[in-house]
Amino acid sequence: MSQALLQIKNLKVAYGGIHAVKGIDLEIQPGELVALIGANGAGKSTTLKTLVGMVKPAEGEILFKGAATNKLPVYDYVREGMVLVPEGRGIFSRLTVEENLQMGAYVRNDKAEIAADIERVFGLFPRLKERHKQLAGTLSGGEQQMVAIGRAMMSRPKLLLLDEPSMGLAPIIVQKIFEIIRMIAAEGVTMLLVEQNAKLALQTANRGYVMESGKITLADSAENLLANEAIQKAYLGE
Amino acid sequence: MDIFLQQLINGLTIGSIYALIALGYTMVYGIMQLINFAHGEVVMIGAMVTITFINLLVGMGVHLPGPLLLLAGLMMAIPVSMLVGYAIERVAYRPLRRAPRLAPLITAIGLSIVLQQLASLIWGRSFRPFPAILETNVHDFFGASITSLQIASMLITIALLAGLFFLVERTKLGRAMRATSQNPDVAGLMGVNINTIISTTFMIGSALGAVAGVMVAANYDQAHPYMGALIGLKAFTAAVLGGIGNLAGAVVGGFLLGFIESMGSGYLGTWTDGAFGSNYKDIFAFIVLIAVLVFRPSGLLGERVADRA
Repeated sequence: MSQALLQIKNLKVAYGGIHAVKGIDLEIQPGELVALIGANGAGKSTTLKTLVGMVKPAEGEILFKGAATNKLPVYDYVREGMVLVPEGRGIFSRLTVEENLQMGAYVRNDKAEIAADIERVFGLFPRLKERHKQLAGTLSGGEQQMVAIGRAMMSRPKLLLLDEPSMGLAPIIVQKIFEIIRMIAAEGVTMLLVEQNAKLALQTANRGYVMESGKITLADSAENLLANEAIQKAYLGE
Repeated sequence: MDIFLQQLINGLTIGSIYALIALGYTMVYGIMQLINFAHGEVVMIGAMVTITFINLLVGMGVHLPGPLLLLAGLMMAIPVSMLVGYAIERVAYRPLRRAPRLAPLITAIGLSIVLQQLASLIWGRSFRPFPAILETNVHDFFGASITSLQIASMLITIALLAGLFFLVERTKLGRAMRATSQNPDVAGLMGVNINTIISTTFMIGSALGAVAGVMVAANYDQAHPYMGALIGLKAFTAAVLGGIGNLAGAVVGGFLLGFIESMGSGYLGTWTDGAFGSNYKDIFAFIVLIAVLVFRPSGLLGERVADRA
């Protein structure tokens, strides 16, 4: 078996006095798109924040490319190839669209390549090209999400972490964003997708994990999870 | 008419000094929503170090033209002030990054007292005259007089402002500074070392402050360990007037305050029939401060104060 790109072993996180994550195991192989679904407050976002060092784990191990990451400062994760598209998008609202994308390439110094990658992002999101000189804060929610994803892509990540990309967006925009996620996956970028919209997430992913009150309660292929009756009742609204 | 022109020239000179200092306040506020009340002391240290170093050079028998001596003093003062600015952030603010807002405000005031006392231990408590190395060249300007020093002060200020705006708007470092001020957590995710950016911001502000301190000392021929308090408070007023956190606002506020102050002091005697003279000039800055805080707390160019408070 090939080495997992990301391996989480018995991860426990206490966050603001609450045991948000109570010992989870999770694994992602290179090239996979893995969904992490669960109700609000299940600990999904905390897990992602812990993965990129914004929150320190209380216990457990995180191995990225086979090496422990717990000693890294927050700003080094992106250099290692792990980048988060944060919940709520976290764009720089008073920077232009183009400057936001350039921030995504902050750790890189290859100017020509960066310019080429910006064009590539504009290829994925033609809307952003039209608005590249506009302040990002003036964009619509969907466009801001595009900026956030495009910005993350600018670091040429090995593992892209997406936290609730559908949050607060109109259904038609959500479809559009997930189309983009599939395109990025097709380019071979490994992804961990945290979503409350479980159906869409599982329809997009290869595999899924179900998280409940800080624990992983199910792990299976996306198809099997979609077919699982308990999951259908609890998360798919069927 | 010539009193107007004369006061305009004086106002522009002091205004350019306020602008340079106000930038230090506004940059730090922009990046960490904190008023660095010890910034005035950085300005004072810049002035004192320059005077000391020039006196040292002259005492050693170094014969250089006045402007070069001044430049040498400045080259000494800038790194010292930058170091002090860096140390202020490390000692007084970084440990309190996540503390309630009142805590760093109190350490700021405490630190400014410590720096004043340290300075008066080193340099004594009395006025230090600025060494007489510069010839006073007074030029006639449409009936008003302007000194070479005033012209130089304004030109240097304009050059520094242009440099700073280029740095902030056009370079990768500047982009990272703006990103950090808008969303430090996400800037960190993008690979920005927030601590480095904050330290850099303090050091740039301190360098500008040092230059301003030297300008104060050279234009008014003196410096003393307590000078930072008043000039700092006035420059802070300028930053608030322009909209704190806004770089262009600090410049506008600085020049505007210089203008108001020098017009006010120039005409106060006439207005009050001689009851008050130009020795009351300091009240104008504080009238402006109170008026801005009451009527337009976000300042002239600022927008986002209320949602952060």
